[in-house]
Amino acid sequence: MTTRDLEVAHGGIPVGKEGIYSQQPILSARKLVITFGRVVGLDGVDLDLYPGEILAVIGDNGAGKSTLIKCLTGAYIPDSGEILMNGQPVHFRKPQDARMAGIETVYQQLAVVPALDIASNLYLAREERRKGPLGSVFRMLDKKGMERRAGQAVQRLGIQTIQNMGQAVETLSGGQRQAVAVARAAAFGSKIVVLDEPTAALGVKESGMVLEMIKQLRDGGLSIILISHNMPHVWEVADRIHIQRLGALAGVITPQSHDMGEGVAIMTGAKRLAPSA
Amino acid sequence: MSTTVTSAAAEFARRQQSPVQRVQHQLHARPWLSPLFLLFVAFVVFFIATPTFLTANSMGILLQQTAVVATLAVGQTLVILTAGIDLSVGAIMVLTMMVMASLARDGGMPGLLALLIGFLLALAAGALNGFLVTRINLPPFIVTLGTLSVYTAIALLYSGGESIQASHLPGLLNVLGDGFAIGGFRLTWGIVVMVIIYAVVGYALSQTAWGRYVYAVGDDPESARLSGVPSKRILLAVYTVAGLIYAIAAWELIGRAGAATPNAVPDANLQSITAVVIGGTSLFGGRGVLIGTLLGALIVQTLQFGLSQMGVDQQWRVLATGFLIIVAVAADQWIRKVKA
Amino acid sequence: MTRMTTFNNSSCRRAIAIIAAVSTAVTVAACNRGDSSSPGTGGEAAIGVSLITKDSTNPFFVAMQKGAKQDATKNNVKLTVASGKQEGDDQGQITAIEDAIARGDKGILITPMSNGVNASMTKARDAGLYVIALDTPPDPADTVDITFATDNRQAGKLDGQWAAAQLDGKPAVIALIDLFDDKIVSVDYNRDQGFLEGMGIDVADPKKNGDEAKTGKYTGGKGGTYTIVCNEAGQGAEDGGRTAMERCLAKNPNINLVYTINEPTAVGANASLKAAGKTAIIVSVDGGCAGVASVESGIVGATSQQYPLKMATLGMEAVAKIARGGEKPKTSPGLDFYNTGVALVTDKKVDGVDSISSDEGAKICWGN
Repeated sequence: MTTRDLEVAHGGIPVGKEGIYSQQPILSARKLVITFGRVVGLDGVDLDLYPGEILAVIGDNGAGKSTLIKCLTGAYIPDSGEILMNGQPVHFRKPQDARMAGIETVYQQLAVVPALDIASNLYLAREERRKGPLGSVFRMLDKKGMERRAGQAVQRLGIQTIQNMGQAVETLSGGQRQAVAVARAAAFGSKIVVLDEPTAALGVKESGMVLEMIKQLRDGGLSIILISHNMPHVWEVADRIHIQRLGALAGVITPQSHDMGEGVAIMTGAKRLAPSA
Repeated sequence: MSTTVTSAAAEFARRQQSPVQRVQHQLHARPWLSPLFLLFVAFVVFFIATPTFLTANSMGILLQQTAVVATLAVGQTLVILTAGIDLSVGAIMVLTMMVMASLARDGGMPGLLALLIGFLLALAAGALNGFLVTRINLPPFIVTLGTLSVYTAIALLYSGGESIQASHLPGLLNVLGDGFAIGGFRLTWGIVVMVIIYAVVGYALSQTAWGRYVYAVGDDPESARLSGVPSKRILLAVYTVAGLIYAIAAWELIGRAGAATPNAVPDANLQSITAVVIGGTSLFGGRGVLIGTLLGALIVQTLQFGLSQMGVDQQWRVLATGFLIIVAVAADQWIRKVKA
Repeated sequence: MTRMTTFNNSSCRRAIAIIAAVSTAVTVAACNRGDSSSPGTGGEAAIGVSLITKDSTNPFFVAMQKGAKQDATKNNVKLTVASGKQEGDDQGQITAIEDAIARGDKGILITPMSNGVNASMTKARDAGLYVIALDTPPDPADTVDITFATDNRQAGKLDGQWAAAQLDGKPAVIALIDLFDDKIVSVDYNRDQGFLEGMGIDVADPKKNGDEAKTGKYTGGKGGTYTIVCNEAGQGAEDGGRTAMERCLAKNPNINLVYTINEPTAVGANASLKAAGKTAIIVSVDGGCAGVASVESGIVGATSQQYPLKMATLGMEAVAKIARGGEKPKTSPGLDFYNTGVALVTDKKVDGVDSISSDEGAKICWGN
């Protein structure tokens, strides 16, 4: 797919960002298929994520948004199709593989363990050990250090209501838990950060903070995939918008090329994008 | 940027707590305090009721009587923390015991070799449980219910129902029954081994990443998996390690009973699960501390021992143990209902 | 579009689960069912007999099963051996009885678990099978056609008489280590109360353990005073025996006489005494070869030997005879069962109590 196609068929390249789109996509998916018994989750989906952009993924319920990103991040293994990073094929067998490739994900169900405390959750599956023989021979964890750094990560998000990193996550409200999950992805994301409905449980002010953080991450050089059904949020931060419908890609638009109403119409099938010439 | 909270909620957060609520809070933060408290109460009651209870000799005996079940319960705790359950506890212990003893007596093997082969066998038995749970995805209750019968049958077929006396066994197999005295306390090497196991496993659970993964897998396996925790590997490891721990308990039991018999500790399952539950570990997984299990085992033995010293009829003792379980679990539930 | 079948496919997993469940079920069933010995040669049809013990782990029942299997061919009997899974497993025995009826067996030899199996035994008799109880008469005794048993009361009495004589007038500080604390079975109270009667101690209710006066006088031997320190349950095994003895010693460290329900219990009790640096006279019942060795080594002072193989073979012969038209066996005079005999095995003979030495006992002992 050339940039010419992008421009003509799908609503154009975001103004002022032509430089990004002349590069190779940092993450690509081609013809992804996954089925669950008789149910078709994804029906041959294509996706491109360019370096340094915020790609929003929108779609109606059951369109396959969460399924798509689970396939991209190793939570599911697609039945067929390929995934490429920087042009090279990758095969994620488990979530850890995607993390090692530099992709951090905030799943819709947050994936935080309620019984553990905030610091433990932040560092889950990448714990830090104490220096010296205590750490290497006895594998002792550096709990104080992790707690301190976890506190810093959460502060950077601007979340004031969580004070104690030793608090169990189950004692937090839904919004606070979401903040912890987002802080985790932001702290460790090295190439790509994927967020599935990151503002769903948040109030107005906190949502604003999360959107600010997303923009900061993008400005800092990360590429972001953002799933949301909050259209104002999407139109506020997205560079491009991937519209998912019935398990397949319905089209890619930009906030400039189409307005919210048109986006929703494409999402529900009321309107179709013009095919490429 | 500061956040303001509505004054009514802030008032609630700053409220004075009644003494009962304060106690409840403390217990919530430290779940092992509850069984410790129960143990303390039991000691006080029995101390008042009978003069033979709180003597150095009796305390030593009490520890000796607790050691085997307390050791078994370590393995059971690990399994229950992952929201599983292990009904093959006693079967693996008996199988290991009979194999070790048979190899030493009939096979003429030196004690160390028989011991190591027994450990390997138990590791394999535990690993089979783990394999069935993680690869074939059967519920742990069903898996261990099945392997319980399989391992029991193998032990019976192998031993022919015979028991093997200590006099036919090498010193190494019997050594955990030997003791030494510290002041007035009589302790055995079996007790020492039990303490070491609690220390090692307790350390792993609280100070290492592996321990955290065990809690994570038990509390919310899908979240753990999505976060990158190698859930299947952890589960397999837990069941395998539990098997090894049951083998060590078998070693302790040979020393204590002075024989390897297929009839030993017939209700090992129930006793180990009781100790874990009274110790505050949740049967739903993800919550509990290992030291609680030791306290749970001690509480049950203390009750039995104390009542025996008081000369209470045997049937009443069984009733008392049942009450104890209900009280302990109810107390645990009350503690959990803490308001922040 | 083709669907790739992966190992995560649910029907594949279901199949494996079913296979695992079936093989588990088969194994579980195998534990509760029996195994058969093939009948002997001869033109006559083999008689089907079931031997149903309480469990297959207690060496007593293992010996019984072994002896019966060996003798089956001699009597041209097709023997099926079954048992419950453990003490208290009434249902296991009930199932085995029903299997015997269905199989068309002519007779059942059973060590009844408890009154819970009475109804099934009656059903078997109504179906025409000859039912013989072994080792433990049921209550009431006429639930079965006849019982071949040890007189457990006599077994306890011999122990008591011998112990009283050994004490030679000294005060007796007694520990009683029984079988169960959560079940009441006749062997438990018969041996315990028999022992006390042999000592010449008033037993109050002769079918109840633990209701005697804790102190008083015993009239056996030269007579003297007694103190009963404890009634503890050892579950019939070594570890239980040790725990029980420890509790008794903690209550009163001066115990000099220990009654144990069987020899494994005695071994455990002895370990506890040794660890505490004490000695006491230990008496027991069973007389298995391991137990006789305990007498020889001095762990157990005297044990009442019983003859499980004799019970099984006599029972089998009786069924074979009746099935072929012979006459039914009769109970021993004065008892409601056929007494297969009990002998006291000890190396310290006392006047007034018949006994055999441990060497003689070793020749006729059962088990390993």
